[in-house]
Amino acid sequence: MLKYIGKRLIQSVLVFYVFLTATFFLLLAQPGDISDQFLSNPQIPPEVRQQYAERLGLTGSAWDQYVRYMKNFVTGNLGVSFSEYPRDVSSILKERVPRTVTLFMFATMLSFLMGFKSGKILAWRRGKRGENLITVVGVFFQTVFYPWFALLMIRFWSFDLKLVPGGKFLTVEKWLHKEGDFDANSVFARMLTTIVVFGFALLILELTTRRMHDRVAGSRIRWGGRILLLGIMVIWWETAWRVMLPYALDIADHLILPTVTLALIGFGGTMLLTRTSMLETLREDYILTARAKGLSTKTIRDRHAARNALLPVTTSLVIALAFLIGGGVVTETVFSWPGMGQTLLRAALTEDIPLVIGAFTFIAVLALTAHLVVDILYMYLDPRIRVGD
Amino acid sequence: MTQQVTGAAITEEAIWRTRLRLLRRRMGQGWSSFTSSPVGLIGLTIIVLFGIMAVAQPILIKTVWPPKIYDPVIGHDAPISTLTVVPDGEVTDGATQISLFEASLLDPIIKVGDTVDIPRQPAPPSKKHLLGTDPLGRDVLSQLMYSSRAAFVLGIVAALVTVGIATMVGSVSAFFGGIVDTLFMRLADLIILIPFLPILIVLSALIDFDLLDLALLIGVLSGFGGAAIVLKSQALSVTVKPYIDAARVAGGGRMHLIFRHVIPNVLPLSFLYMMFSVTDAIASEATLSFLGLLNIPMSWGIMIYTANSQGYMLSSATYWWLLFPAGLSVSLLAGSFFLVGRAMDEIINPRLRRR
Repeated sequence: MLKYIGKRLIQSVLVFYVFLTATFFLLLAQPGDISDQFLSNPQIPPEVRQQYAERLGLTGSAWDQYVRYMKNFVTGNLGVSFSEYPRDVSSILKERVPRTVTLFMFATMLSFLMGFKSGKILAWRRGKRGENLITVVGVFFQTVFYPWFALLMIRFWSFDLKLVPGGKFLTVEKWLHKEGDFDANSVFARMLTTIVVFGFALLILELTTRRMHDRVAGSRIRWGGRILLLGIMVIWWETAWRVMLPYALDIADHLILPTVTLALIGFGGTMLLTRTSMLETLREDYILTARAKGLSTKTIRDRHAARNALLPVTTSLVIALAFLIGGGVVTETVFSWPGMGQTLLRAALTEDIPLVIGAFTFIAVLALTAHLVVDILYMYLDPRIRVGD
Repeated sequence: MTQQVTGAAITEEAIWRTRLRLLRRRMGQGWSSFTSSPVGLIGLTIIVLFGIMAVAQPILIKTVWPPKIYDPVIGHDAPISTLTVVPDGEVTDGATQISLFEASLLDPIIKVGDTVDIPRQPAPPSKKHLLGTDPLGRDVLSQLMYSSRAAFVLGIVAALVTVGIATMVGSVSAFFGGIVDTLFMRLADLIILIPFLPILIVLSALIDFDLLDLALLIGVLSGFGGAAIVLKSQALSVTVKPYIDAARVAGGGRMHLIFRHVIPNVLPLSFLYMMFSVTDAIASEATLSFLGLLNIPMSWGIMIYTANSQGYMLSSATYWWLLFPAGLSVSLLAGSFFLVGRAMDEIINPRLRRR
């Protein structure tokens, strides 16, 4: 098991290296560089432009630049952003990566849950009325022109109903007069910590109680634990970080609409795939056996069929994530959510090459990590391919 | 294909005629199971409708639509419409009413209840412009029809390139295995790992793309990516079939085996994949145009980009013809190719067939 994970890690690092190199040379092959933007400015003579290019490391042969970049990269120096000049890329990443990861995490979880539940029911109801309608709706969400859909969502939920804010990270008017010494990033960091800690606690709770022999007691402990954890979370925020609470809620408010929109476009794919996978599982003999034993439909569907149908759906999570990252760029642009997607688009438009590579680094790391996690998860879920036990 | 040889009837027939007959029979079977599900038929109907629109636009421009007004890119028209002046803040219908403040800018002595004639762009739908005009005074219906042609060209070119590359790569790497296989599959892993859209965004921000460039790029990226993996697994299951061995024993060369035996048996799945890559291509193009990154005269994405960048998004209830036709067209055409693909999947993939 450990050996397998180690091997996969090495593979991932190799893939990452190839990707980074390819991206670097691809971007280097573009005509011109940032100093060309001052070509038409008579107050900046060629020498100054030359100096500027030298200071940003844009001189020398392609190979020299590559070696320099790689050396810096290994030491954790990702260079200086051109478009947000004095800031270095790693500080921009540090600020914006958590926002994007939060958005993706919630959207992926939500779309997976929705897709799996509805796909399960869809397969079960094959040939009945409503099946075609749900399929068409699922395909619609899968292939809807996403920017347009996001604009409609903003228009409806934010502009017409005024339920949630339609964009941006926080309400500026509210933060202008805040009392207390903290900024949005520190509040957001605390929110993230809370989510991670309690999410982990919930996961452990689920895993332990699901394995208990006594089903009824397990279910009671599970619900008790959930309520207890929620209570602890609320009390913690009410006491320790009380001043920040309204501001944290403000950020959370801004998070709702982009998450739901992103989840909606992602869920169609999961739903259709779950349906396919369920239909294949339902033809297996053990389903017939379960029916013959007289088990209830719900038990057959949820415990016998859905568990096995889950496997291919899990692997598709990686592809779904790639889909979501693409959607994420659009989401963040449409919703003005200051995360990596928006950063990538802006950096690409201003030819801010270090920042583009930085954003790509993030995307590649996210995708590779997800790939690795899914492989390990798959091994855990499917005992047939458990390696080296 | 197993074929019952029942004496003279077959031997007298030319070989191409037999093939044709078999093909027709297979198509007939496929068609009847395709029509048994309404989902695929819905998709096909929508595709045909858009196809008619795409073909009709140049004909209309040649015959009844003067290009000066109806050209999708450089046409212009500002129909005069008569608006009633209402007090400020009481405009309920932008198509027939105008606020006192706005009207007084045109005519300082105007009163509530008067009517004004003003040239409108964007103009609401009328007999002359069935879907109104856009913020630059161009006919929306004409744009919509012109764009559907662009979408078809893009989608089909991208799909053909994707499937061509993926079929070749898949068959070759399944047939030869070894180092060729490893190379192609690792390349596919790399491409599948890296999300499509960010790469296209960065490339199109740095290079000027037109429609065909984009189609080729999408085709190459997805051809070497996910489609290659799927088609390779299909080709693998073909290469172990006895008829491949039979052909080999009969003295068939490698090229003969790949082109005459492996690829024809992978083709149904390739065709299925074509449907999905049309969907991808149309959606990517629209998104890139929406972000304003492509050098294309007119497309559905650009129509939405124009409406949104000129600030008509939040008044989309009043100016519905600016956002809805284009947005719906992208969704519908992409969705209908997807639906046809799914319906075909249920025919081609035996594991999904109804028991």
